[in-house]
Amino acid sequence: MSGKGIVHGLGVTLRHLLRTYWDDLKKGRRRYFNPEGIAYRQSPEVDGIFTVQYPEEKLPVPEEFRYLPFLVYDPGPAGEKVLRCTSCGICAKVCPPQCIWITRTTDPETGKPVPTPAEFAIDIDICMNCGLCAEYCPFDAIKMDHDYEIAGYDRMTTNIYTIEQLARSADYYRKIRPNAFASEEKDRLEREAAKAARAGTG
Amino acid sequence: MNDRLLSSTVDEAVSSRLSGLLTEDTRPGYSGYLVAPENLLEAVQILRDELGFDYLSSVTGVDYLEEDRLETVYHFYRSTGGSGLVLKSSCSRENGRIPSLTPIYPGAEFQEREAWDLLGIRFEGHPDLRRILMWEGFDGHPLRKDWREPYFEEEAKPFKSRWPDGKAVRSEEKTPFGDNVCFPPDFDPQTWQAEPETVIERLQQDEKPLADEEIQTDRIVVNLGPQHPSTHGVFRMTVMLDGETIVSLKPVMGYLHRNHEKIAERNTFLQNMPFTDRLDYLASMSNNFGYAIAVEKLMGVTPPERAEYIRVIMAELTRISSHIMTTGFLLNDLGAFFTPALYALEERELILDIFEMVSGSRMMCNYFRFGGVVRDIPEDVLGRIRQLVTDRLPRKIDELDSYLTNNEIVKTRCQGVGVLTDVQAIAYSAAGPILRASGVPYDVRRADPYSIYDRFDFDVAVQTHGDVYDRYLVRLQEMRESLKILRQALRDIPGGPVLAGKPQYQVRVPAGEAYGRVEGPKGELGFYVVSNGKPNPYRYHVRAPSFINLTSLETMCMHQKVADAVVVLGSVDIILGEVDR
Amino acid sequence: MNPSPESIQNQDYQIPVELRQQVTITTLDRIYNWGRRNSMWPMMFGLACCAIEMICTAASRYDFSRFGMEVMRASPRQADVMIVSGTVTKKMVPQIVRLYNQMGEPKYVIAMGACASGGGPFKEGYNVVSGIDKFVPVDVYIPGCPPTPQALLNGLITLQKKVDHETIKSARWYRSDPVPEIPVPILGPDLIDVRRIEAIRQTIQTLADEAGNRPQEGEA
Repeated sequence: MSGKGIVHGLGVTLRHLLRTYWDDLKKGRRRYFNPEGIAYRQSPEVDGIFTVQYPEEKLPVPEEFRYLPFLVYDPGPAGEKVLRCTSCGICAKVCPPQCIWITRTTDPETGKPVPTPAEFAIDIDICMNCGLCAEYCPFDAIKMDHDYEIAGYDRMTTNIYTIEQLARSADYYRKIRPNAFASEEKDRLEREAAKAARAGTG
Repeated sequence: MNDRLLSSTVDEAVSSRLSGLLTEDTRPGYSGYLVAPENLLEAVQILRDELGFDYLSSVTGVDYLEEDRLETVYHFYRSTGGSGLVLKSSCSRENGRIPSLTPIYPGAEFQEREAWDLLGIRFEGHPDLRRILMWEGFDGHPLRKDWREPYFEEEAKPFKSRWPDGKAVRSEEKTPFGDNVCFPPDFDPQTWQAEPETVIERLQQDEKPLADEEIQTDRIVVNLGPQHPSTHGVFRMTVMLDGETIVSLKPVMGYLHRNHEKIAERNTFLQNMPFTDRLDYLASMSNNFGYAIAVEKLMGVTPPERAEYIRVIMAELTRISSHIMTTGFLLNDLGAFFTPALYALEERELILDIFEMVSGSRMMCNYFRFGGVVRDIPEDVLGRIRQLVTDRLPRKIDELDSYLTNNEIVKTRCQGVGVLTDVQAIAYSAAGPILRASGVPYDVRRADPYSIYDRFDFDVAVQTHGDVYDRYLVRLQEMRESLKILRQALRDIPGGPVLAGKPQYQVRVPAGEAYGRVEGPKGELGFYVVSNGKPNPYRYHVRAPSFINLTSLETMCMHQKVADAVVVLGSVDIILGEVDR
Repeated sequence: MNPSPESIQNQDYQIPVELRQQVTITTLDRIYNWGRRNSMWPMMFGLACCAIEMICTAASRYDFSRFGMEVMRASPRQADVMIVSGTVTKKMVPQIVRLYNQMGEPKYVIAMGACASGGGPFKEGYNVVSGIDKFVPVDVYIPGCPPTPQALLNGLITLQKKVDHETIKSARWYRSDPVPEIPVPILGPDLIDVRRIEAIRQTIQTLADEAGNRPQEGEA
């Protein structure tokens, strides 16, 4: 019969509308502005409003989430920042749009390379957030950040990141990627133990 | 057609019937047959009419600079399924000519134009050999090996200026013009005159007037796009109208041509993986899949079992998210502004969440590696996929079905609009839902199974009318079939490693060629990769389904109302990242 | 103490605590900007991958109608902000400049994603413009490839902050002299920026001279 399909379609949209309010009435404020509420609203069983009230509440990003790369540093004995990067250049070689520039430090006396970068730059206007640098870094020195709130008014002066903008502490890394950090720490301790054992027997 | 020929293997049939015309390609790593340009048309005619290779999947070219020749590469298949046949024909780089296949396979039209535009292969007998991705008057053929872009640094990545003495510098500062441009030495901007656009002349030439013209009216030319709310991106259609009826239509593209293939030939094999994400950006996992298969063919590696299952799960989730969005936006084009699209986007968001958890990015997944995938799926994410697949998505697809399929407005606007018959669909090399809605049950997952698709029980969605409505129905059914595959894959997924061998950033790819194809949401997505043993592909070509599907757009829209052109385009489901690459 | 007119004009002026419930004082600028910042209509204009994220931002999950931005206009005449969402190619840039010229003042441009900001991963491509700011002035840059919907919302909020700090007095759209249009680039053998024709001619000349000199040196 003509018109039946349209009426049915309108019924579906009406049901959607009513469910929105029904869910709100049922759950009330518990739906909003708390982690459980956000998790519920993003789960497959949700029926009502789906919206995240950014910026008051933010959708939590999963651990694997990647935005721009950053360099991990460990605190040194005197509180200085010790970059994990050894300037081996793998990230610069693997980077698909070639947006990483590394200058290796050379010892002024011997002229031999020292395993730390003198300069490290990433042009974030080229970076494609692919995560290959972090994936293939053998020293867990470059990782992908979770921070996406970086809009700015200018790019010429700010958007080539140098070590100052790139360096983030290992603590920060642990905070955003707890599982990856834990498994990498475990591997590192095992490697060091094996090395110590070899040194002991040797 | 001879039954004996159809049942015999391709090689036997070809060698018995075409022995005088073809010679086997014996270069190491290469396959298929070589044919002299003067014999090409005769051989192809026999291939199509007697041997049943009625589907010309891909036409492209390779520039062998050192041997001073351009080679065109054709991939033929049978629309009944089975493996394909590769033909190659060479001409010299200077003024080389190859006969055009467009009169025999109309589906070659745009692909030959692309080969002319980017490689400078002149196709004789082509009805409309103009540039397609670049503009008329552009200097040079960019995919030739001796053509260099303004920001040229080195022949291949990684560039030496990045390490160990890398100093960050913007590319603009290193070029004479201070920008991404270069001009021929004899160019004088003061006296130079722009070449007029020829598309209007073409429209007039190819006009097919209405048979029963009651009133003599003036023709009007209307431009839809490149900035138009219904062209799904920066796509332009120029249409010539008789009243409101389309009597001639020419698509104009290239507004998003971002040089995927040229960049890819500088990249290493691995570096191309994230670039493939940006082809069909609604289905990045499918693109990864196709490229991984092509390179794996060259490398001779097989992914472990678990990785194969993960790949299938991801590819099918991608198909659902792409189809559901297409369906929502088709309604947008019909004028049902945004409500169905919003409902569809909600489901897509839930699928994107899974991609984000697994790969780290919602859209640009970059998840596949040669011989497996990047990382394993954690058990809780698998649980979430199960929840989606068993409960939420079937419910929502049924809902979509219930409020759209029998809607009278959808029916009146879609049924009988944009019809493509099965013969036309095959001739125009249409792929995916377009082909299947026209009654050709051709799905690469079934016709030429790759990965582990031969293990799953699913039906190939097919409809017979070939109109917009049937394309919608095919997509709807395909989503349900994908759910079926997902349920089986989630049930059977084994444990174990997800990558064959160690992760390595510099893979060794032996010399040779490979054509990997998958059934993406838009149709047959093929990657033609030529390696010369170096870390970078020598030639990399994408057989983009939505680009080739546009070849039949004129036929589909002919003598329809101009308002329906938008609907037809919506049903073709083009993604400009893939059309223009 | 009476606040001086200058201090009220200052955007950071706070209403004294004892007066908060009784009076509302505002400046013309503040109310003007409040109205504008909450009705920024974007142009319905997508270029590439980022456009899909822009659509997602418009959809129910991120819903930028909460900021009064849901009215996506397909006509540049009715739009306030152009979100350049994706790779700008040489073939497309004349149209983008034309659209920008057609937008009515006040108008804003957001460069969404790496491609629109500086060329992005496709920068080295022969058909790619290295950043839309080479042709039209950009107000906010959002890095990322692609920026997630929340990153785009952050960019839109950044634009609102910019609007907050504008003042009627110096607004360019109330000046009597007309705002000059940006000349539309031309597609020649390569993209020709009309404003730089003289520089291009000179560079070609210099390059030709260098090329002409080199073989002579070789012969000598």
